[in-house]
Amino acid sequence: MIYVLDDVKLKDLRLKANEIRQLIIETLVEAGSGHSGGPLGMADIFTSFYFHILNHDTKNPAWEDRDRLVLSNGHICPVQYATMALAGYFPIDELKTLRKINSRLQGHPHRTSLPGLETTSGPLGEGLSQAIGIALAGKLDKKNYRVYCLTSDGEHEEGNTWEAAMFAAKNKLNNLIQVIDRNYIQIDGTTENVMPLDPLIEKYKSFNWNAIEIDGNDIKSFIDAVEKAKMVTDKPTIIIAKTIPGKGVSFMENDYHWHGKPPNKEEAEKAISELKDIGKQLT
Amino acid sequence: MLNPDLKLNQKLFDQDVEVKPTRAGYGEGLLELGKKNPDVVALSADLTESTYAHLFAEKYPERFFQCGVAEQNMAAISAGLGVSGKIPFMSSYATFSPGKNWETIRTTIIYNNSNVKIAGHHAGIMTGPDGATHQATEDIAITRSWPNVKILVPCDSMEGKKATIKAAEINGPVYLRFTRDKTPIITTDETPFEMGKIQTFWNSENPVATIFATGYMLFYALLAAKELEQEGTNVLVANVSTIKPLDEEAIIALAKNTKAFVTVEDHQVMGGLGGTIAEFAAKNIPTPMEFIGLQDTFAESGAPKELIEKYGMGKDSIKQAVRNVMKRKS
Repeated sequence: MIYVLDDVKLKDLRLKANEIRQLIIETLVEAGSGHSGGPLGMADIFTSFYFHILNHDTKNPAWEDRDRLVLSNGHICPVQYATMALAGYFPIDELKTLRKINSRLQGHPHRTSLPGLETTSGPLGEGLSQAIGIALAGKLDKKNYRVYCLTSDGEHEEGNTWEAAMFAAKNKLNNLIQVIDRNYIQIDGTTENVMPLDPLIEKYKSFNWNAIEIDGNDIKSFIDAVEKAKMVTDKPTIIIAKTIPGKGVSFMENDYHWHGKPPNKEEAEKAISELKDIGKQLT
Repeated sequence: MLNPDLKLNQKLFDQDVEVKPTRAGYGEGLLELGKKNPDVVALSADLTESTYAHLFAEKYPERFFQCGVAEQNMAAISAGLGVSGKIPFMSSYATFSPGKNWETIRTTIIYNNSNVKIAGHHAGIMTGPDGATHQATEDIAITRSWPNVKILVPCDSMEGKKATIKAAEINGPVYLRFTRDKTPIITTDETPFEMGKIQTFWNSENPVATIFATGYMLFYALLAAKELEQEGTNVLVANVSTIKPLDEEAIIALAKNTKAFVTVEDHQVMGGLGGTIAEFAAKNIPTPMEFIGLQDTFAESGAPKELIEKYGMGKDSIKQAVRNVMKRKS
């Protein structure tokens, strides 16, 4: 399938990302707990995946030739749920059930609870390995699907992530594309204070990965990077997506205190109003 | 006497009884699965030969994945393969897998319901000279508390092969427990193996106790039963090759029949076979019990037979446990 990314499509994607950000705020305030910073920061990338990059079928989530999107840092699931709902996997109204009893939308993603989820995640450092397993199966079965694995910078403190990085390069998994949300924050503070990770691109290059660095809040740059990654034949690719945590909400942007908490009702109203203003400027 | 219906090895008590490690059965079973089912894949964490996965790796290199010394990575890669139509068998020593990577397995395999078979090798103190770091004596306890898992502990290499093949037929996570040293072949090709069934390997007239054993320790239980019978005390010996799901009907029947239990395992007595049966019996049919196994301690380096004696798990300890439990019968 060929997807054309013209100005009309780009504008549509930007509007969708804005709409998803509003859904995230509404979902979080209803849930009363959950993470704000990461989901808002990743809205552009999730929009790019579900509305442009992924070869998928919302009406047939188990389609065997679908591209797989593996979310490793499961705590940012509000953005995945909001994007999936908007894409048509389930009714938007169901977002109100996040983190509540009898819901398919678990606080951290549970594969068997919700069709369309590829893995179960939350405990950090485990997603890249699971994505590798899915990529290996694709190679064994001679399938053309790609596996996209979304990770966080904080979870690169888990040794398992680097075990996986070595394995993927050894096995030349060019059907695996990792996207790291490089937003420089984690629960206890900035990543460079908690445990320095830079120079990240050099680290990955020395692990024999193809590494690309882009602005993760720029939809066009991100989609172009994915297109470049698809051309690589002998290596896995990591796209280091520099994002602004809390993107679109002035009082949340770049503040690690918003990593792991939801807005209250007043804050949510303010956030929605700011996002609506941004949306108007896009049209 | 040995239960004739089960077609057990009639040379079991001979000096020249054939011995083989249960882990060899894993290798043979895996090799056979490789031939039968193209979806079966195997993974190892730098312990390919000692877990007998090399038999599969040599024959089916394209379906074998060397993970290096990285048990968490092996578990989560297996999880990914298992949700993609493959049937991964991952093997390492049980202290490392499911020990070191316990949470990775819990999240990505068990809770995620991925079709992975976890083979824990070098279980129990019979790992011997390597010492307590390599003797997994808690693995049943830490896997049994997971929902959504089946646990198989074969008594010999023959049963090990059958259990491995059976595991591939089960849709969902399975933990298989294997041991290092050569131990007597108790069963034969013809012995039926049914997951979830306790089988009575030793029958007696008017038995006064049931000895439940799991893994190779079954042999020590049978030795004890034979001697006890010669001394005028009749017991039953039951092979518990499936720890989970537990054969509850069999336990109720054996409790009604013998009214006293002894459990025998190469594992901590807490949370293992003994704990499993005690939990069920306490609620459904309270029965006096004695527990043979490691008594809340780590073992040490040594020859397996020496360790089994030193830590009170041998034939004579089992006989004494039977005498003790008989005194507690009401």
